[in-house]
Amino acid sequence: MYVGEDPLFGLMNRIGKPVDGHRPFPRYRTTPGGWRTLVESLGGNTLSVVGLWGEPAAVHVALREELSGDVVVVSLDCPNGHFPSLSAVRPSVIRLERTACDLFGLVADGAVDPRPWLDHGAWGVTHPLAVPPGPAPAEPQRYPFLKTEGEGLHQIPVGPVHAGIIEPGHFRFTANGETVARLEQRLGYVHKGIEGLMAGRTVGDAARLAARISGDATVAHSLAFARAVEAALGVAVPPRAVWLRGVMAELERLANHLGDIGAICNDAAFAFMLAEMGRLREAVLLTNDAVFGHRLLMDRVVPGGVSVDLPDDGGKRILELVAELRRRFPPLVAIYESKASLQDRTVGTGIVSIRLVSRFGTGGYVGRASGRGQDARRTPGYAPYDDLDFEIPVLTAGDVNARVWVRIREVEQSLSLLEQMIRRMPGVPRDSHGRTPLPRVDLPAGAGEGMALVESFRGEIMTWVRLADDGTVARCHPRDPSWFQWPLLEAAIEGNIVADFPLCNKSFNGSYSGHDL
Amino acid sequence: MLKHIWAALTGGPVTTDAPPLDADALVQLRDAELAGRLDAAAHRRLGRSLSIRAVDAGSCNGCELEIHAVNNPIYDLERFGIRFVASPRHADVLLVTGPVTRNMAEALRRTWDATPDPKWVVACGDCACTGGVFAGSYACVGPVESVIPVDLTLPGCPPPPRVLLAGLLALLESSAEPLSAIAPPAGRQGHSRP
Repeated sequence: MYVGEDPLFGLMNRIGKPVDGHRPFPRYRTTPGGWRTLVESLGGNTLSVVGLWGEPAAVHVALREELSGDVVVVSLDCPNGHFPSLSAVRPSVIRLERTACDLFGLVADGAVDPRPWLDHGAWGVTHPLAVPPGPAPAEPQRYPFLKTEGEGLHQIPVGPVHAGIIEPGHFRFTANGETVARLEQRLGYVHKGIEGLMAGRTVGDAARLAARISGDATVAHSLAFARAVEAALGVAVPPRAVWLRGVMAELERLANHLGDIGAICNDAAFAFMLAEMGRLREAVLLTNDAVFGHRLLMDRVVPGGVSVDLPDDGGKRILELVAELRRRFPPLVAIYESKASLQDRTVGTGIVSIRLVSRFGTGGYVGRASGRGQDARRTPGYAPYDDLDFEIPVLTAGDVNARVWVRIREVEQSLSLLEQMIRRMPGVPRDSHGRTPLPRVDLPAGAGEGMALVESFRGEIMTWVRLADDGTVARCHPRDPSWFQWPLLEAAIEGNIVADFPLCNKSFNGSYSGHDL
Repeated sequence: MLKHIWAALTGGPVTTDAPPLDADALVQLRDAELAGRLDAAAHRRLGRSLSIRAVDAGSCNGCELEIHAVNNPIYDLERFGIRFVASPRHADVLLVTGPVTRNMAEALRRTWDATPDPKWVVACGDCACTGGVFAGSYACVGPVESVIPVDLTLPGCPPPPRVLLAGLLALLESSAEPLSAIAPPAGRQGHSRP
């Protein structure tokens, strides 16, 4: 408990007025003066930024008070398209502010980095989501990379088309011999205009887009979108749907962590682990397909509930999968632990400090490997996790090895969660025809604003949505956890050798598509 | 670990059987008039192996996950002589995913230019085939064929490993022997060879 003013709501009462109809977290509208007070408050460590996004004539920032976990949204009207930048006090918003400028033409005054981010000058339009959009760019401009000067430095440009089967992005290394002096990322290559496509769509159509924000986190992004919509409309989904969503989310976490552990070892030239983990991952995907009808579980979580229920033997199959993984996973962990040549690559490589993860509000395995235990399943928490037993593994070494171990521990936790959920799955009463209806409710058409925080395998997703009177999506902003992880990769690789970059990159496994939108 | 390897050696293969040669995929190949560009010299040069370069031109990463899966021990693409290579200069086939974002169109064109002839392009997934759910966006060009010529389409969101395997095997079979030697499936008329 605090003595005196509450650090978050006290500040909000001073600088803003609450806006009605924003659920479940409050939203406050502030003035330019209030916004500047907020900038000052962000200089301290009490608040972290959860997201920053634009609209044609407004900017929103979502904040969390780190100790209590309280979340609010603060909005500032920008009739002339300008707002005071937060980037000087919060480097995590630099790329978000650049994006707000690219998409809406909102200029952050005093921004640390005014360069474009997602806009590569190829769209044939500028500020595509502004009203009205800007004219086509005059001519393609060269992207000015940051300067690195010094004796013996050379540059290594990598991408956007990479050597592996991965997403496109550009990495500009400045190296001194083998040692990386600076890495600068340039992303945006897979910008598909998802926020623009969602606007004006029905909730059902927009949900299909949400499921394709980042294919590896399709359940989590669908869930975040669905929960934001349900919050906006004040709809409660059937308990069985909530639990089925939990099962799918943990199956997704399991599959991705298993794949990542194998891929990280493979980037340390230990292909054995990739093959073995590939088999375990495939076992999860085959179960997904058999039980829910899709290997990646796409379009299975929908606003209002779920689109598919467990078949009669579904629970049994998932419990068999849990038993199989409990038998086959631990011996592989023992091998990971016992190989000195592998440990030599992962221990002490790509260290991220707790100072940086706190400053950036970084979540997921990147945050938890560096001492920041934030997990949306616990804070703010949501069903069914508030009714389940699980631990959130937190390590402090901050290196590749710690990020592997967080995943190993989370695999164990997911197995336990799956078991709990299957054993305690609530049923659905049969209807008058003796059939079991799908656990899904119809959504009323109506206006509202909603927000959801959902823990994907990668970290915390924030999705904000505003629905119009006719029930269509007026504005949706999904913020992938990668936004606060990518910048730290630049810090992690500094002073490491170029050959360790794939290892560091894989241990982060940032989403390009989820970030570029 | 030695115990583990011994168990793997003595436990028999975990790999699934090869999928049957996909007649539909072959018809799509014909539709794309691949036959005209598959001369005897190309067959001799390639033999029964294909080198593939994957290019993500804006996918959500779902297709990439399944392309990874065809390389796992269960589907084991390499047993057929098909392998993924690190450079387009080493590739016979470009496997392209995504609705071709405008930010990637130039890179895709350059990758195609860098791939030596004879070359084939496979559009992998609904987005690459039609633009998928992203069609009509200011940031997307559209299907792969609107940027570079496409020889084979593998629809699906994402296409599961068995579909990917069947499609790539169809390409391998057709590059190993003249297309005229492959009988069209009953009830469907293939294009005649020019």
